[in-house]
Amino acid sequence: MIPITPAPPAMSEPTFVFCLVLLLLAPMAIAGVALINTGLGRSRSAAQALLGNLAMVAVTAIVFALLGAALTGSLPGPPGGFPGSAGHTFHIAGKPWNWLGAGPHFLAGLASAPLPSQLALLFEFLAVAFVALIPWGSGADRLRLTAGCAISAVLAALVFPLFAHWVWVGGWLSQLGINFSLGAGFLDPGGAATVHALGGLGALALVWITGSRKGKFPKGGFSTAMPGHNAIYALFGCFVALVGWMAWNLAGAILWLHAPIATLSTTAVNTLLSASGAILATFIVTRIRFGKPDASLCANGWLAGLVASSAAAALVSPWQALFIGIVAGIATPLLVELLELAVSIDDPSGAISVHAVSGLWGLFAVGLFSPRPGQLVAQLVGIATLLGLMLPLVYLLFWLLNRLIPLRVDPDGERIGMDLHELGGGAYPEFVIHRDESYR
Amino acid sequence: MKYAGLLVMPAGFFLSIAALVLFPAPAPRAAFVLCGLAVEALGLAVAVRGHMEARQEPLP
Repeated sequence: MIPITPAPPAMSEPTFVFCLVLLLLAPMAIAGVALINTGLGRSRSAAQALLGNLAMVAVTAIVFALLGAALTGSLPGPPGGFPGSAGHTFHIAGKPWNWLGAGPHFLAGLASAPLPSQLALLFEFLAVAFVALIPWGSGADRLRLTAGCAISAVLAALVFPLFAHWVWVGGWLSQLGINFSLGAGFLDPGGAATVHALGGLGALALVWITGSRKGKFPKGGFSTAMPGHNAIYALFGCFVALVGWMAWNLAGAILWLHAPIATLSTTAVNTLLSASGAILATFIVTRIRFGKPDASLCANGWLAGLVASSAAAALVSPWQALFIGIVAGIATPLLVELLELAVSIDDPSGAISVHAVSGLWGLFAVGLFSPRPGQLVAQLVGIATLLGLMLPLVYLLFWLLNRLIPLRVDPDGERIGMDLHELGGGAYPEFVIHRDESYR
Repeated sequence: MKYAGLLVMPAGFFLSIAALVLFPAPAPRAAFVLCGLAVEALGLAVAVRGHMEARQEPLP
């Protein structure tokens, strides 16, 4: 467990280089999730799905540079120190509530900013791209490319900067410890809240607004099974994601917890243990439920363990990390089934269960296992903010966006597949793509 | 009903925030934060119920 230092030490050059290398590996997590989401979608939408992921990374990078970075407030930090001072504040009951970043526009001063501020900004660029990918996976097979880009722009311009400032850049959630004696404030070093829960709740809002795929929930009868088209993509994506996730969690621990390099191997081991516990738990649950292990649900289970580790890997012991992973791995397949069968939510990538629920569980577990008094309440306040404020906000923004630009493709596009409709050609031109029997 | 649920959820959030300001003692503060979360859970349940899709027409 990494001790949390109240005042950030200045970052040495070797630490800067090490953290930079980690951040250069972190996009592997995004690539892994993109592969998994593509594999869990249908073959006739595969190229559009993967191209959409790339487009979203591009859109979020540009929009975040133009607007979001200023609202996040990572630039500039205090002289020679850490990001976290630039922000708009109001006072209630004598306590400051830092609610919005006030950084320079258009990345002004990036080159001359303190080293931690530069790395924090790079971390945020990657994080915002990751946030946008998560709803895209849930809207697979029915969401237009333009819509995906518009959603990414909204997330990068407003939603992510607001929450990232609160959690990472000296905002009111991170100050709960100082202002209200709640542990060390809301802790989320790897982005379980800022990336995964936010993205997963965005996925829920998007699925609610766009509705299910045609033929998914026929009248009278069970929901139609629409299995992923490529289990190899999904499972290989798990390996790719592991590399990125380890780098992500380590970089987060250095940046947001000021962890010394000597403590980082535990964080990496915890990440691996959490994912391992999760996939084995999912393996056993699906074996019991269906008679045989389910490959796509096991991929989701692995990812759920990684997501839960984003909150906890740097803050718990290895056995606690294993337990956190096991719980995430048990919950994920049951929730995927529950959401589809009981409440008619069509989520092809399982993002709501994997990213939203596992992320929230990881955040709760940090408080549960923390020796600091008040830490659990701080984590609960963060969870309450995600559910009570960010979900309705994202829903409202996506709803307004849907009024301006229809998010869902027209019925003909859904019938012929997103690849042919939007790109004019399929991902597998030499293979016969079977007609979807669920849609007639 | 779906919008009603989404409107209830911020009420739960503000209840949690009010608990921080109004209750300095740990126990009542934690209890009210939990109450806020319970209100959010209620709102979420209503929103989920409201968004449950009417089943589509049977396939020919």
